[in-house]
Amino acid sequence: MTSLRTVLPAGAASRSILRAAATGLYLSITVLAFFAVAAIVPGLLATHSPTALDLSHSLEGPSWQHWFGTDESGRDLYSRVVYGTRESLAIGIGATAVSISIALVLGSIAALARRFVAGAVNRVIEILFAFPTLLLALLLVAVLGPSAMTQIVAVGIGTAPGYARIIRGQILSAKDSGYVEAAVALGHSRRRILGAHIVPNAVRPLVAIITLSIGQSIVWASSLAFLGLGVAPPASEWGALLDAGRTYITQAWWLIVIPGLVIVTLALAATTLGKHIQNILEKGEK
Amino acid sequence: MTTVIDLDRGGAGETGETATRERTGALIVSGLTVAFVRNGQQHPVVHDLSFELARGACVAIVGESGSGKSVTARALVGLTGAGSVVRSDSLLLDEQDISALSPRAWRSIRGRRIGFIQQDALVSLDPLRPVGKEIEEALRLHGWGTRATRARKAVDLLQSVGVPLPERRAKQRPDELSGGLRQRALIASALALDPELIIADEPTTALDVTVQAQVLALLEETKARGVSIVLISHDLSVVAQLADTILVMRGGHIVEQGDARQVLEHPRHEYTRSLIAAVPSEETRGRHLGPDFEITATPHPEQIAEDLRDYDGPVLEATGLVKRFPLPGGSSQLAVNGVTFSLGRGETLGIVGESGSGKSTTGRIALALTAPDAGEVRLLGQDWSSIPESRRRRLRSRISVVYQDPLSSFDPRWNTERILLDAVPDDAYPTAEAKRGRVRELVAQVGLPEELLQRFPLRLSGGQRQRIAIARALAPSPSVIVLDEAVSALDVSIQAQILDLLTELQKQLGVSYLFISHDLGVISHLSDRVLVMKDGGVVEHGTVEQIFHNPQHAYTQQLIASLPSLDADPHRDTIRR
Repeated sequence: MTSLRTVLPAGAASRSILRAAATGLYLSITVLAFFAVAAIVPGLLATHSPTALDLSHSLEGPSWQHWFGTDESGRDLYSRVVYGTRESLAIGIGATAVSISIALVLGSIAALARRFVAGAVNRVIEILFAFPTLLLALLLVAVLGPSAMTQIVAVGIGTAPGYARIIRGQILSAKDSGYVEAAVALGHSRRRILGAHIVPNAVRPLVAIITLSIGQSIVWASSLAFLGLGVAPPASEWGALLDAGRTYITQAWWLIVIPGLVIVTLALAATTLGKHIQNILEKGEK
Repeated sequence: MTTVIDLDRGGAGETGETATRERTGALIVSGLTVAFVRNGQQHPVVHDLSFELARGACVAIVGESGSGKSVTARALVGLTGAGSVVRSDSLLLDEQDISALSPRAWRSIRGRRIGFIQQDALVSLDPLRPVGKEIEEALRLHGWGTRATRARKAVDLLQSVGVPLPERRAKQRPDELSGGLRQRALIASALALDPELIIADEPTTALDVTVQAQVLALLEETKARGVSIVLISHDLSVVAQLADTILVMRGGHIVEQGDARQVLEHPRHEYTRSLIAAVPSEETRGRHLGPDFEITATPHPEQIAEDLRDYDGPVLEATGLVKRFPLPGGSSQLAVNGVTFSLGRGETLGIVGESGSGKSTTGRIALALTAPDAGEVRLLGQDWSSIPESRRRRLRSRISVVYQDPLSSFDPRWNTERILLDAVPDDAYPTAEAKRGRVRELVAQVGLPEELLQRFPLRLSGGQRQRIAIARALAPSPSVIVLDEAVSALDVSIQAQILDLLTELQKQLGVSYLFISHDLGVISHLSDRVLVMKDGGVVEHGTVEQIFHNPQHAYTQQLIASLPSLDADPHRDTIRR
């Protein structure tokens, strides 16, 4: 051996990246589990009643007594956030369900129908897509009047066009795939090919999209609520908390910063989990 | 093309450093070992490789996938990448030690003294850059000339590698050029700085046979100018034309090494012999290319055999097929033009042609996956291409298909068993138990163990995947199987096994093959009759003997002449450009 040339193995670096990625996954699962408990049995996590008034302690900053501080009526903000989880999550999940359902219908028609119908549906998707999501949602709330249900429908319809295009693309690529052609050559019927190959392969990546969408929907719903188009005041849905805190933004920063951080945390956790599911699915394909 | 290559040695920007040392391109490799580090462990992929290359000579490294031949090539240009360990007793280029160079020193050697030609020109060339600019870049990196002289030189280089209209081509991007022109542009950029040594990694793979002959002739011309060549290939017949010395690699080891003539004509090692025996050609017709094996094919189930008994005409008949594809801008391209053929029971009809000849479209029309614009296909004497798909389904089980890339034809969510179960027809095998039995029969028929059924195709080797694809094609007990480049992506020894399997299945089942391939060797080995296609039309049609011994059409003659052969010398003078 007159020479030995070693390029530093890339293994060491990539392993620490892997470990960091796994930490992100566990962290996001922990955060989501916490929110799940808050949604199902809020009493377990709350320190106060979310509606108990205590005017002697109104607008107090975060302390040992009140972790997230109190609002203008002396209600404990932490407990209000915990009790608001159910409604916020319901809006997130509900809006996602609405959005994915609409997207599935529109996307499938756009990909599978005859040329004329598919073209027409495609134009509809494109027109909806051209509207900013929030503007579309605002329009719907203005028509239907503010309520939790309206928020779900508005956010659902507002985010649907984007997903419809993803689904259309998935179905089209499955339709043109070698395995579908092989199935045609075997003499399978259109319906059998649709059910056995096209739909399952097109829907597979949706698992990841759904998790991503829940976080997104909560952010959109909160934006609506912040604009005063959300749930009526006594409820402690997170967006409504933001809206209520807006009035005291100069005196009590925590009323708006803390619920905002909670929304961001949930959206981040859901997105991280979605990304991981996507990675796992993609690895399975390769 | 007989342009004299005019490369001014020691040109404008050349430094005096290399001029003082004699540049001969002599390469001495001794004890070369390459390993990759994974999880802190070294996995060697090339073991103790040694050879010497004299000025103007060519050493060929031949092996199948995973033999370590490409890693060897990359080690010789210092491009083995991160995580690799390269060791050698000595690595001398013109008596200069190049075994322990810094990346910077390598950069000054690559291009200037060692030219590297990679396999896939489409991947290796920048898609957004005109090929002329690509060549200029190679010159610029080594400080050659000025902007204007570089542009002129790029055009000269393109001309010297036989690119017609070089001024125009230099301004085109790789995607605007044909595969052959792209490969030549890549060779031109490797030759740009007039290196003394060229390392060519599979330079003709993926090229049509006539283009391959042109590229090989170009390399031969380069060699005659005194440039040394290290040629890497999986194909012994490609190497036979050019090599003075041949190294046969397997699993990272050299199994045989010696004079090209001697290795090709009197191979000493078992593996070399099996490699040579595995090359299909007209002489190998009717005998096995690979090791012996035994399979028992199951005859057609009763009810299917019953249906077929009364009919003894041709199983597949095509008359006057025409297919046009619309092009952007309203015009259309004639993909298939007046193709007529008939395929008898138990017979193999080979369709041979280069890329774009319309052979695959013809296959798709035969399968009724594409509707012809004119003409008709009849299957077992019944209407086939002219009826709607709903009525066609009943007959679909009579004809099946095997593609070049089986992986993309399998649903990625399914394991092997599920894929095969899906292909077993319901009417002949009504119960789940009968279906499962049929699947076990099928895997045995294609020579695979039953354990493979639980695996996903992704986890199978290329040969195993192709066997599964054949098993699926056999599942409905068809009368005709369309094999579209079915063995083209396989290593020669695996290809030999698959060809043997196809021959054996045909013998036992009496199934007919429509065998589509660009590879004349494979076609002549397997076919009874051959259809030669060019630009959508059939230029010649005849038995294998007629086509290969007495070709009438000029194009067929050109194809046959371009066919590389294992005999090292006789063909040398017949290669045309």
